[in-house]
Amino acid sequence: MQTSHRKLLAKLVAMAVAMFMFAVFVLPPLYDLFCEITGIGGKTDGKYEAVDVRVDTSRQVEVQFVATNNAEMPWEFYPMEYSVVVHPGESRAVNFFAHNTTGEDMIAQAIPNVLPNNAADYFHKTACFCFDSQPLAAGDQAELGLVFIIDPDLPHSVNTVTLSYTLFDITDRSELSVSQIQ
Amino acid sequence: MLKKAQALFLRPLGAVLALVSAVSSHAESAASQLNMPQGVTEVSQAAYDIHMVMMWICTVIGVAVFGFMFYVMYAHRKSRGAVAENFHENLVVELLWTIVPAIILIVMAIPATTALLKVYDTENADIDIKVTGYQWKWQYEYLGEDVKFMSELRTPQDEIYGREPKGEHYLREVTEPLVLPAGKKVRFLITGNDVIHSWWVPDFGVKRDAVPGLFTSAWAKTDKPGTYVGECTELCGSGHAFMPVVVEVKEQAEYDQWLADKKAAAAEYASTIGKQWTFDELMVQGEEVYNRSCAGCHAVNGEGIPGVFPALKNSVIALGPVVEHLRVVVDGIPGTAMQSFADQLSEVDIAAVIHYERNAWGNDVGDITQPVDVLNYKQAK
Amino acid sequence: MAHGPATLADGWVKYASRWLFTTNHKDIGTLYLWFSFAMFILGGSFAMVIRAELFQPGMQLIKPEFFNQMTTMHGLVMVFGAIMPAFVGLANWLIPMMIGAPDMALPRMNNLSFWILPFAFAILVATLFMEGGGPNFGWTFYAPLSTTYAPDTVNYFIFGVHIMGASSIMGSINIIATVMNMRAPGMTYMKMPMFVWTWLITAFLLVAVMPVLAGAVTMMLMDINFGTSFFDAAGGGDPVLFQHIFWFFGHPEVYIIILPAFGVVSQIIPTFSRKPLFGYSSMVYATASIAFMSFIVWAHHMFTVGMPIAGELYFMYATMLIAVPTGVKVFNWITTMYKGSLTFETPMLFSIAFVILFTFGGFTGLMLSIAAADIQYHDTYFVVAHFHYVMVAGAVFSGTAAVYYWLPKWCGKMYDETMGKVQFWIAFIGFNITFMPQHFLGLAGMPRRYADYGLQFADWNMVSSIGAFMYGAAQILFLFNVVRTITHGKPVDKPEVWEGAEGLEWTVPTPAPYHTFEKPPQVK
Repeated sequence: MQTSHRKLLAKLVAMAVAMFMFAVFVLPPLYDLFCEITGIGGKTDGKYEAVDVRVDTSRQVEVQFVATNNAEMPWEFYPMEYSVVVHPGESRAVNFFAHNTTGEDMIAQAIPNVLPNNAADYFHKTACFCFDSQPLAAGDQAELGLVFIIDPDLPHSVNTVTLSYTLFDITDRSELSVSQIQ
Repeated sequence: MLKKAQALFLRPLGAVLALVSAVSSHAESAASQLNMPQGVTEVSQAAYDIHMVMMWICTVIGVAVFGFMFYVMYAHRKSRGAVAENFHENLVVELLWTIVPAIILIVMAIPATTALLKVYDTENADIDIKVTGYQWKWQYEYLGEDVKFMSELRTPQDEIYGREPKGEHYLREVTEPLVLPAGKKVRFLITGNDVIHSWWVPDFGVKRDAVPGLFTSAWAKTDKPGTYVGECTELCGSGHAFMPVVVEVKEQAEYDQWLADKKAAAAEYASTIGKQWTFDELMVQGEEVYNRSCAGCHAVNGEGIPGVFPALKNSVIALGPVVEHLRVVVDGIPGTAMQSFADQLSEVDIAAVIHYERNAWGNDVGDITQPVDVLNYKQAK
Repeated sequence: MAHGPATLADGWVKYASRWLFTTNHKDIGTLYLWFSFAMFILGGSFAMVIRAELFQPGMQLIKPEFFNQMTTMHGLVMVFGAIMPAFVGLANWLIPMMIGAPDMALPRMNNLSFWILPFAFAILVATLFMEGGGPNFGWTFYAPLSTTYAPDTVNYFIFGVHIMGASSIMGSINIIATVMNMRAPGMTYMKMPMFVWTWLITAFLLVAVMPVLAGAVTMMLMDINFGTSFFDAAGGGDPVLFQHIFWFFGHPEVYIIILPAFGVVSQIIPTFSRKPLFGYSSMVYATASIAFMSFIVWAHHMFTVGMPIAGELYFMYATMLIAVPTGVKVFNWITTMYKGSLTFETPMLFSIAFVILFTFGGFTGLMLSIAAADIQYHDTYFVVAHFHYVMVAGAVFSGTAAVYYWLPKWCGKMYDETMGKVQFWIAFIGFNITFMPQHFLGLAGMPRRYADYGLQFADWNMVSSIGAFMYGAAQILFLFNVVRTITHGKPVDKPEVWEGAEGLEWTVPTPAPYHTFEKPPQVK
């Protein structure tokens, strides 16, 4: 093969390898950063580190909770309170009831969603059962906790925030057994 | 040549005239064969209004442009002696027909924007309804009221497959419609249970996708009691055309009564679950449930579709131990199209359909499955 | 080959080898055109099954599961097997001749680009006969219907899409390399025929978005077979992500389909007006604007998915704006005809019908872009009507016009003008009877991809089905016309087949010799 061809080939191969490395090592962190900045799709941030947040007592926001099971997920799953009223900035805890009604150990994952979409950036969870997968042995039940704060900068057009969880069965996907997680 | 131009002109004109007649015919209630309904909410009216505005603007532009073109085809034909000129550019004209349409579009954008703002105004609702799309039915839950039920197509398979004449409400009838009060703002929280569906009620101007794993929202408020029919509008598998939406809007007092009745019925059901049904009662109930909820895949004669949906006639499960049969129906078979029916059928219906499957088509197992057996199975697991 | 290409007289082995191993742009163009027509008939038969079932309410002929396979395969075969290869075939035949080049820049890759297509479609069509049936999730294959809930044959579908995408990408690279490097001396970019311009721009679109489709389909493959969760909320993914990725490909794709069709019409109308194309530079800039804007409007296919209002408004405005350059092109075609000397041979009839009916489809497209109204149009037959107007009365009519226009140059025989006109009228009338009522069906509330429907939709469905059978018959007549021309057409021996035709392809003998422009011409 001609030298010039060989050089071109080497450059092209190197470029292909570089593109792969970029896709595997640089893109995922970039993607996470992008989602964090834009909060697209009603997806809330991960765990919120509460800084000294002032409580806005002049305003009240109704927070509703909705729970739903996906596909064959047979657990009983519902919020203990359908809705609460909070001041923006006020930290509040609520619980969800989960009951594994089957004869087998199972692991679930709750996926949160906030409506309206523009409220997602202002809904902060300081502790949530949705951060981790939730194991329940056969027949067991549990009260799963959520602690949240509504950011005082929530747009004034929003008076009702609805947080919904979809519960998925991830027993088969998880490499750990129920007892290992517990 | 003249005939060609006339023919090319008359066809679009005919279509336009048909549309004109549809427009000039009143009708917000009579289902039009030609035009979008005005519907019964502010949003449906806004959609209709902007649709008509756009349609008329496009019609006027179309008539002008095509009219000019037909004139050119008539007047500048070679057979009429036309000799071609040679001009091929003109900056002024190019600028004009770039800027003028852009201005028309900007003008159109204003009502288009205000209409869309209405669609998104889900704040301050009086009632929240959770709508879940299943393959192939809807589930409605009245949030905060503890009322929840499935709504599935009531048209029998026999009508669909031409074995019975089609009823008046063919594919527009469900087991339990969504009932709403007139005059109250209703917010819909919509999700999917399995694949993406889409909940559409044309008369409300509401269409939102039902996506598994997330929720979308929409709203409607109407003062007009009545029955409003909608459809699933996202391909969701073989039953896509067979999961209509039916909404009944009642006056407030009637709605309150209905809601109270629903709650009472749920309480009463819980207390009657211990009733012992007879063999024949279960067969009758089971056949009805089967034809409604199972025959779509497993076929009315229990033979299913080979390679796709298993036969129940002579099947290992239907002829085998009841507990296995219960497991399949109550828990479903993960990774297949056989869903869990625990949430979708009452204990009575599950017992009846299992009973029917075990005793129909010559299976003749001869046993009886009572609703309380189903309840016990579910609680014992 | 010193003695010309192998014919049947040389024995079938030599003849088959010619077609299998050819690197000649004319042969490859021919292969693409015949393949695309076969796919058009195949996709058309799927449509006949659909319209036969929808002739009356109820399920009479097939089951809903199979109906979903028919709608899916109809879309896939038509978009990827018929329309795109047809215009690639035209590109292969015409671009080298139009720019005065002896062949395409990469003739062997050209051969590969074609031959992987029949392979890919054989696999795709074979899935219909496999257990579980073929793809049944629509040509837009949204997850999770196409991932978790797909039949086993979905992996073959993914494979077919990858191969077909590779074919398009290679073809586009070839076109770009050819047009950029092999124009005859004196042919600057702004002297190229519009057909070449539209294909150059289309080729860039293809290279940009086909990899996105490959990405979407690979992510599907990962989700289905390797436990990833790109489109699965349980694992932190999102079904809506699929839609964004798909439509980022899907919207430029429809412009990929239509831009070459625009190019064809821009060649034909000036010929039969005996007048140069009006506003050549505007046409180039308008085409480039359309192509650029096609990248930034994709979510208008997703107006009901629950996007935040800011996003929805943006996509509405951006989509509305595409009407401006498109309108410029329509006005330019009409002004080309204005004060020309018009005759109405078959290619001109199809081209005029294109201008009218494509514009009509453009109007319904503008209506669809209004998000608040789209609430009522989305996923209904109104959308089906819209895209059939722009893709059939648009791209297919343009392709048909191209065949009638250039067939004499390709094979040296003239088609029968009366038969051509008859075919036109049957196609035109049949098309409108099929698709005009579908607007009404959509507005009245009939969703798309429905195997069955309520009684209130029965009348228009019956009318539409009748039109469909008529339109299908017109395609058989088209095949007859083409074959009859090749075998029994009146010989044409002058280079300039049509009075008023301009362009280098009309300076070579008729039929075009196997090798043309072995020495580049000088262009003034």
